[in-house]
Amino acid sequence: MKAGSNLEKLLRAGEFVATGEIGPPKSCDANVITHAGEMLRNHADAFNLTDNQTAIVRMSSIAAGKILTDMGIDPIIQMTCRDRNRIGLQSDALGAAALGIKNVLCLSGDHQRFGNHPMAKNVWDMDAITLIQTLDGLRKGYFQNGEEIKKCEPPKFFIGCAANPFADPFEFRVTRLEKKVDAGADFVQTQCILDMERFERWMELVRERGLHERCFITAGLMPIKSAKGARYMQKNVAGMMVSDEICERLEKAEDVKAEGVQLVVDQINYIRKNIKGVAGVHIMAVAWEEIIPTIIEKAGLAPRPKVS
Amino acid sequence: MIIANGKPIEEVLKSLEGHKKVAVLGCRGCVTVCLAGGEKEVGILASQIRMAREQAGQPVEVLEGTVERQCDYEYFEQVKDIIEEADAIVSIACGVGVQGVAETFPEKVVYPGLNTMFMGANLNVGVWAERCQGCGNCVLEISGGVCPVARCSKSLMNGPCGGSQNGKCEISKDVDCGWQLIYDRLSKIGRVDSLRNIIPPKDWSTSRDGGPRKLVREDLQLESGK
Repeated sequence: MKAGSNLEKLLRAGEFVATGEIGPPKSCDANVITHAGEMLRNHADAFNLTDNQTAIVRMSSIAAGKILTDMGIDPIIQMTCRDRNRIGLQSDALGAAALGIKNVLCLSGDHQRFGNHPMAKNVWDMDAITLIQTLDGLRKGYFQNGEEIKKCEPPKFFIGCAANPFADPFEFRVTRLEKKVDAGADFVQTQCILDMERFERWMELVRERGLHERCFITAGLMPIKSAKGARYMQKNVAGMMVSDEICERLEKAEDVKAEGVQLVVDQINYIRKNIKGVAGVHIMAVAWEEIIPTIIEKAGLAPRPKVS
Repeated sequence: MIIANGKPIEEVLKSLEGHKKVAVLGCRGCVTVCLAGGEKEVGILASQIRMAREQAGQPVEVLEGTVERQCDYEYFEQVKDIIEEADAIVSIACGVGVQGVAETFPEKVVYPGLNTMFMGANLNVGVWAERCQGCGNCVLEISGGVCPVARCSKSLMNGPCGGSQNGKCEISKDVDCGWQLIYDRLSKIGRVDSLRNIIPPKDWSTSRDGGPRKLVREDLQLESGK
């Protein structure tokens, strides 16, 4: 056991996990987090707190994670390399550990060009892989520079990373995951799967290299509310792939929202039945967090297992 | 070479408000090659200033000069006369040249006439692209001759992020993904397996992050006897 978070315990117990995502507000309104926490509590095992997602200024993921921790909910704080150098990242990681946060998801981060401060200077002193390596070093008792952490137990982290089977070059995507696992990643959340065939091909390569046995792979899923939205993502969002089949299914649906939910439920069932090496699902219901309980229920994943 | 581009004329005119006699100073180095600050551009800018000020009823005398290189301060000797005569200088060299004027003529007002952009290559007529950021610690040997620092929008060192698709960067469909280029190059030279290795965090102390940089070569100093 690396950190003993709820997520880690369930994964190690062999449970098929379900995680969700909560976007911190563009304000200091703690109620947004507590409200989401109350609504989603017990409907998933842990919740991502995004780190200034799409480079839009929001409440810090660590602060939001602390709010959830206090509510007895397991947070997964995202940390990107866009806004902090190795000094800031390590400092915040130590701070997060001091606040009782255990799951940290390491990301490169979206370029600030998409965000609400496109004139900002960026950092990328490290990348997602070396951030993983650095956090792994911290939990072994060493700073990135090799200095020892003294007078205290090293921080405990359950280290996560992202993997994008839908980005290019395709063959490199598995190598990149392998690098992340080598660096110390314990669990993986994939980019939203909206092209199951490509995901299956990627998982085949993952299994060929035995990566599913070296880390816990959770499949990223996103309920879609509108057919137009699906087409937009298909054409315009870098790093996403949306199959025509999915677009058409939503376009033909009378109740698109219900179809969007059913689509995710079908995906969960399909993955559990057919794809070996997937340890759970990560549901990214962006601006539709309240739908998570319905999805969990319909996919037969309720109630969520308890561990002590 | 250093690529620069002319500032909007309005910006140059604004900085020259109130000056009666100005000198436009070009450079025969990089900015001549990238057609931004050579002798020809000195003539064009000088005419633009004269005409605009004439029209505004505030005529100005504009002197013209171009030196071999504004980054080698000894060449300023050639234009000393016009600089001393003028009450303001517009340097259309890169930022190094503008500072060269300021350092060489500490009592003179100097304005930049160009925006210095990057170290890059001339890809086509009128097209230049960034190729080097001068990080002071070249990594091109591991990346197949394509620079991840300059050509990945995030200067990532361990391969393309999740925003790379169809060879393009997440920031724009007009920007090539630097890591896709690296991947393609390494594939061609049979070294793609090297991407399997984790590259540790880069030492940025040799880059601008380490503070203003200076190179002193004692071997040359000894040779020249200075």
